[in-house]
Amino acid sequence: MDLYRQHILDHYKHPHHFGRLPKADISKTLFNSACGDRITMELKLGKDGKTITDIRFSGEGCAISQASASLLTDYVFGMKKTDVMKLQKETVLDMLKTELTPTRIKCALLPLEALQKCILEWEKATVV
Amino acid sequence: MIDVSKIKQDFPLFKRKINGKRIVYLDSTASSLKPKKVIDAVNGYYKRYTANVFRSIYKTSEEATAKYEQAREYVADFIHAKNTSEIVFTRNTDESLSLLVYSWLPYHVRQGDVLVTSILEHHANFVPWQQYALKNKCDFRIWNADRNGILSLEAIEKLVSKRTKLFTFTAASNVLGTLPPVKKIIEKVKEMNPLCLTVVDAAQAVPHLPVDVENWGADVVAFSGHKMMAPSGIGVLWAKEQLLEEMPPFLFGGDMIKEVHEKTTVFNDIPHKFEAGTPFIEGAIGLGAAVEYLSALGMRHVREHEKKIVSYALDQLTKIPGLTMYGPADPDIRGGVVAFQMKGIHPHDIAQVLDEDNICIRVGYHCAMPLHEYLAIGPTCRASFYVYNDTKDVDALAEGLKKVKKMFE
Repeated sequence: MDLYRQHILDHYKHPHHFGRLPKADISKTLFNSACGDRITMELKLGKDGKTITDIRFSGEGCAISQASASLLTDYVFGMKKTDVMKLQKETVLDMLKTELTPTRIKCALLPLEALQKCILEWEKATVV
Repeated sequence: MIDVSKIKQDFPLFKRKINGKRIVYLDSTASSLKPKKVIDAVNGYYKRYTANVFRSIYKTSEEATAKYEQAREYVADFIHAKNTSEIVFTRNTDESLSLLVYSWLPYHVRQGDVLVTSILEHHANFVPWQQYALKNKCDFRIWNADRNGILSLEAIEKLVSKRTKLFTFTAASNVLGTLPPVKKIIEKVKEMNPLCLTVVDAAQAVPHLPVDVENWGADVVAFSGHKMMAPSGIGVLWAKEQLLEEMPPFLFGGDMIKEVHEKTTVFNDIPHKFEAGTPFIEGAIGLGAAVEYLSALGMRHVREHEKKIVSYALDQLTKIPGLTMYGPADPDIRGGVVAFQMKGIHPHDIAQVLDEDNICIRVGYHCAMPLHEYLAIGPTCRASFYVYNDTKDVDALAEGLKKVKKMFE
């Protein structure tokens, strides 16, 4: 089985940053109707209002989307929001280190999409 | 009866190996495979008599027209329609049903009227009525089923009144496999309100069971070609002649007219009135060939075979710990469909691991989100069977699922 490399299964079974963030600054849930995956991203920002100082994801999904979320939350921890917005799908696919079919790429990208939408909406809402 | 090893030879896809392994196709509820007979019929049109229909007098065009109309006759016979003119070719079930939203509902259903559909429905037989009701302030009511997808006949009494203008339901659930008693349901609805239009989504019934629309007593029946071995993009709307005569056309243009003048147009006779533009000629011809193929097998035999396979599948899958199945346990009221979940494993991962062995199943909501929400079960896996599946295919599925379990445990 090529697709489910050990590190994907490890992240799926023991995801990093899984759970809720009670006092999140930003929160967003995304739904993928094709597979029924639902993912919520929650962020806490530092005093500068720019740096991600804490992050959690929750929801239900397949091994690919859950592993992708786990890897992504590791990756963006401590990053600036603006840099997160610049992330491309290749970053996520590189982290997964596996060949994905077009349908499964959607699963892999759901967490990044949720994260970026979450930041975008927060910024829209906080513009004075 | 049904000799699967012989039937498998009629389907060229089974000759294909992927990574040296055979294909175990368990997704006929989504779309069926095509026998050589159908492929040859479509090719025949391309190779020997490509031409438009109803227009020209040269030989190949006459041949195309004759084959196109012959397909209509075959379909009419297959579902026991009284007249060939009652068969309208559409793109699929969705289009057949949506046609009513344009050609029937606006003339009969007003604000405050009631539209009823069942919770078992595919979105094709749910969204059109829901959207019409929202737009026109109608009362959209759902006929709920029990956990196994069994609909109660008594509940019809509460759902149908003088204000109920449309009552629609599936003849075979595409998720649970439930086979509601169509004739009895329609009798009951008509007893409560003879003027209520009864509509049957037969997309999962016509490919798998003997269907007699006259005996059902329905007003409208819809189904698709691609689920019954024909090309995708050809579908059927059957309605009683009088109803089709009364309904105005849905699409305008060529073929659907008799005369066009600067100020007026005279529409064509039924069913052509509903077939604007050059139709999917080769699709209809392919459907004709599919009907011939299925008729030669005999739909009673097709049903008996699937019943056997689904019983076997229910027995085998029950043995897998942590696996939950949905739908009626009694194969007599169940089509060849098994929806299931495995504890702690996402359906997408199950399907992906099965795909390693070329085992094709469907996962997700199967275009029936309201049903999944109603049962509060989240996405499911679905294996479905047709005449070309045998117990070995079921065994392959069971083995595959054991492999999935091992991997994710």
